[in-house]
Amino acid sequence: MKTIPLAAGFACLATLAAADTPVLDVYTYDSFAAEWGPGPAIEKGFEATCGCDLRFVTAGDGAALLARVQLEGAASAADVVVGIDTNLTAAARATGLFAPHGQPAVTGLPMAYDDADFLPFDWGWFAFVHNKTLANPPKSFEELAASDLKIVIEDPRSSTPGLGLVMWVKAAYGDRAAEIWAGLKDNIVTVTPGWSEAYGLFLEGEADMVLSYTTSPAYHLIAESDDSKAAAAFGEGHYMQVEVAGKLAASDQPALADAFLAYLVSDAAQNVIPTTNWMYPANPLTAGLPKGFETLIQPEKSLLMAQDEAGALRDAAVAEWQAALAK
Amino acid sequence: MLRLDRVEISQGTFRLTADWQVSAGEKVAVIGPSGAGKSTLLMALAGFVPYAGKVLWQGGDLGPMPPGERPLSILFQDQNLFPHLTVAQNLGLGISPRLSLGAEDHARIETTLQRVGLGGMGARKPGQLSGGQIGRAALARALLRARSILLLDEPFAALGPALKAEMLDLVAETAAETGATVLMVTHDPADARRFAGLTVLVEAGIAHAPQPTADLFANPPPALQAYLGQ
Amino acid sequence: MASRAGQISAALLGLAVAALTLGSAAMTAGHATDWSLGPADGAALRFTLLQAALSAAVSGVLAIPLARALARRRFPGRSLLIRLLAAPFLLPVVVAVLGLLAVFGRAGPVNAALAAAGLPPLSIYGLHGVVIAHVFLNLPLVTRMLLQGWQAIPAERFRLAEALGMPPPSQFRHLEWPMLRSLLPGAFATVFLLCLTSFAVALTLGGGPKASTLELAIYQALRFDFDLGRAALLAAVQFGLCAAVTLATLRLTPGGVFGPGVDRAGGVSSPPGWRHGADALAIGLAVAFLLGPLLAVMLRGLPGLAGLPLTVWPALGRSVALSIASALLASTAALTLALAVTRGQSWLEIAAMLPLSASGLVMGTGLFLAVHPTISPESLALPVTLMVNATMALPYLFRLLLPEARALRADYGRLSESLGLTGVARLRLVTLPRLARPLGFGTGLAAALSMGDLGVIALFAGERTETLPLLVQRLMGAYRMEAAAAAALVLVAASFALFWAFDRWGAARAAT
Repeated sequence: MKTIPLAAGFACLATLAAADTPVLDVYTYDSFAAEWGPGPAIEKGFEATCGCDLRFVTAGDGAALLARVQLEGAASAADVVVGIDTNLTAAARATGLFAPHGQPAVTGLPMAYDDADFLPFDWGWFAFVHNKTLANPPKSFEELAASDLKIVIEDPRSSTPGLGLVMWVKAAYGDRAAEIWAGLKDNIVTVTPGWSEAYGLFLEGEADMVLSYTTSPAYHLIAESDDSKAAAAFGEGHYMQVEVAGKLAASDQPALADAFLAYLVSDAAQNVIPTTNWMYPANPLTAGLPKGFETLIQPEKSLLMAQDEAGALRDAAVAEWQAALAK
Repeated sequence: MLRLDRVEISQGTFRLTADWQVSAGEKVAVIGPSGAGKSTLLMALAGFVPYAGKVLWQGGDLGPMPPGERPLSILFQDQNLFPHLTVAQNLGLGISPRLSLGAEDHARIETTLQRVGLGGMGARKPGQLSGGQIGRAALARALLRARSILLLDEPFAALGPALKAEMLDLVAETAAETGATVLMVTHDPADARRFAGLTVLVEAGIAHAPQPTADLFANPPPALQAYLGQ
Repeated sequence: MASRAGQISAALLGLAVAALTLGSAAMTAGHATDWSLGPADGAALRFTLLQAALSAAVSGVLAIPLARALARRRFPGRSLLIRLLAAPFLLPVVVAVLGLLAVFGRAGPVNAALAAAGLPPLSIYGLHGVVIAHVFLNLPLVTRMLLQGWQAIPAERFRLAEALGMPPPSQFRHLEWPMLRSLLPGAFATVFLLCLTSFAVALTLGGGPKASTLELAIYQALRFDFDLGRAALLAAVQFGLCAAVTLATLRLTPGGVFGPGVDRAGGVSSPPGWRHGADALAIGLAVAFLLGPLLAVMLRGLPGLAGLPLTVWPALGRSVALSIASALLASTAALTLALAVTRGQSWLEIAAMLPLSASGLVMGTGLFLAVHPTISPESLALPVTLMVNATMALPYLFRLLLPEARALRADYGRLSESLGLTGVARLRLVTLPRLARPLGFGTGLAAALSMGDLGVIALFAGERTETLPLLVQRLMGAYRMEAAAAAALVLVAASFALFWAFDRWGAARAAT
């Protein structure tokens, strides 16, 4: 029995040795490379033209991904990293491991986003998702705090949506953030380590609302033909999550890496994003968004802190969140 | 000849010395008050309790030998059989500790079982035997091991007088057959008289040199008088 | 001479375990640039200690009546029930939490019943929720430890007590309490140390950042702040606590309590009257508490079974192979260490308990740093997972084996030595058959724990090394809750089948 994992290990080594075509190592988070994620279609599409072998190497989530690249440092086998969240790009840039991507700026975001090092490939708005049966969903954090609705949120210390929520409140309320959190305290059923636990709790009926994305109802509608979910539109605006890709300075396949980044934001790859990653594409699709997306709320105001500001505010904002809720 | 050369056992405040010898083939009773160190003396001979001085058998020092290699067999007060092994397997350990037994060995085991009155019981587990039968099985194994010295740490104390007498006769018989030297711990002067030509009195930190059993009981020293309640 | 070789190999093994646990933390520390704890780490330490102590105490207290009732009653399906009761311990944490919520949550039957009775709803979120979840996960383990203790009291002692006309309270004081006294400290320490590294349970059910644990702080330090120094410091705090608790346990645990019996059937008497009702109540409540959430897990998983992605099956195969291999490795190591401790190499007891407080994250990170420069981590994903899983399961196996190994040595050590039974022969003829029951149970536990473990594989996993827990996590992360619940059910069923097979093997070997 002990031979099986060993054999599997050797099989891995064997495939490494046998590769005579160039290999492009793309580090990404788990659900991107999963069979139901955008990974397989993008791999197939890119390999059809590149004459190379695209390999996905996965780490849990965006934060784990960056930690992995930092652990490996300059010796990393990674050529491209796909899936870092904008709240972490300041930290990613500070590692000095990334090189300019050289692609033209994307045009599908609600605001201009031009970064020489990190290329957005999809984005979404954070939002509280609820069942449509919920009467009078709140229209702002203040209304939510005043209600007796129960919500589940993610921990900003262990998940990117959790961090996004803290930045959302900070961006919308600035110095009043602590006050907003104090008001929300009795609405929060619990704080989960990650998005999947929170969403699972919500689906089990543990809370009226869960912190997720405005696009979440599209999953239920398109994949499950279930139109019972909706996202609440908040008047103060919705914070954005922008997911970016970057090229490693130490890549041994820089030309392939450039080609991959160009493919990632091309219409072919972007078309896959909405119904696999359930996010908005970073470039407008020629065929338009899939049917069902038109039912989603369109926030009038998009919030996103500048990366340096986000990097500088992060620790203080998390501490403020922690202090307000731990009282 | 079994020689105890200035043997000294120390365990905390307990101390016991012995400096004597007995000829090969003798049957020796070890008698004395509870807690005097009778069992401890046997455990030292068997290699379980460290001691200063030397224990010699036929001139050879037993000190460096691990218990299983010493020229002796021991019957404990209890736990003489492994409960998960059959009676025959328990006996087989006396022939080969690895239990690699041939047809001939199995035949020997069965013969020995018959000798001690356990014919046909080889397939049983110790849990299915009576106290007397367990004693017989343990003795049968000692017979198979055929070592020069047999140490008995009151293995039959729990048996009735008639059964005990029977077991002692069986020990005497097997000892005579194999020429073994026997040291037997007992509380009962009758056992000593019935079985042992010599008796060692253990009291006040000393295991005294063996004396003829008849003489000792005919003319008991004060410590023995006190023990016997005379 | 064989024992000399045994001593050396046990010592080497102890050093290997220390290297994997302490060494990986040191490796992490070696890459650190900054050394300080965060402002909230003190609060995290206090909450961690509080919830761990409460969880361990409650598990211990509740296990006593349950194990006693199971020990002294005979009813149809008893042995089936005893095996089923082990199941919560084998659940992956996320699955267990969702199962508990299905019963105790806002929309669960408990609150439905309260509402029907006009009572206010019960919230499971908070310190009490954390403790309930930890008790749910650990009560089965403690119960099995104590049940083995009851079974180890020779039937003769109970007969003697009955012959003396001892009423049940006196029997408890003279026979059962000394057994408990010798087992409870070890059981308490095991649960305490296990809860020390709690992460998902404490956070999900804790209700907010008040319920932050050290392990969360480690996660944050490693993942978000990339602060290796803080992670290593926090890991050192966990190890320090582990060493302190293990040492305290050593001091509190009296040596061998009972002499041996001769394996006669029988055992604890079954007092009639109200005690019968009390035992039935203890068993009934335990069944409801432990099996209710399990049933919920099953019901949640069934609808999605038909729509499972095909990757479930290779992932299952990989997980099963991995867990069998790591269980065998863990049981070999635990047996070697337990036997060495009974021979007097007592420092190995601390080495064997160290992995209990090891943070899987820190261990994975340290190993990653150790292998990364030379070998591609993906190619080592399964061997490393195997080794880490075996190390993580070691303390449970060790705890289960040690008391029995001690008793075995006390009861049959001299007999074995006087017959020249040493080395392999002794292992084959005495040690393995006498320890088959805890060995089978422990190996089953180790296999199931390894099955459900997510920890290290996530750090090393490549394309072809996906295990079943990783797949469950990936399904959950992609809205596919129904498929995730079904995959989790497959995982639980496979864990339980493995546990069952090993446990049965042990019981069968012990009976013959």
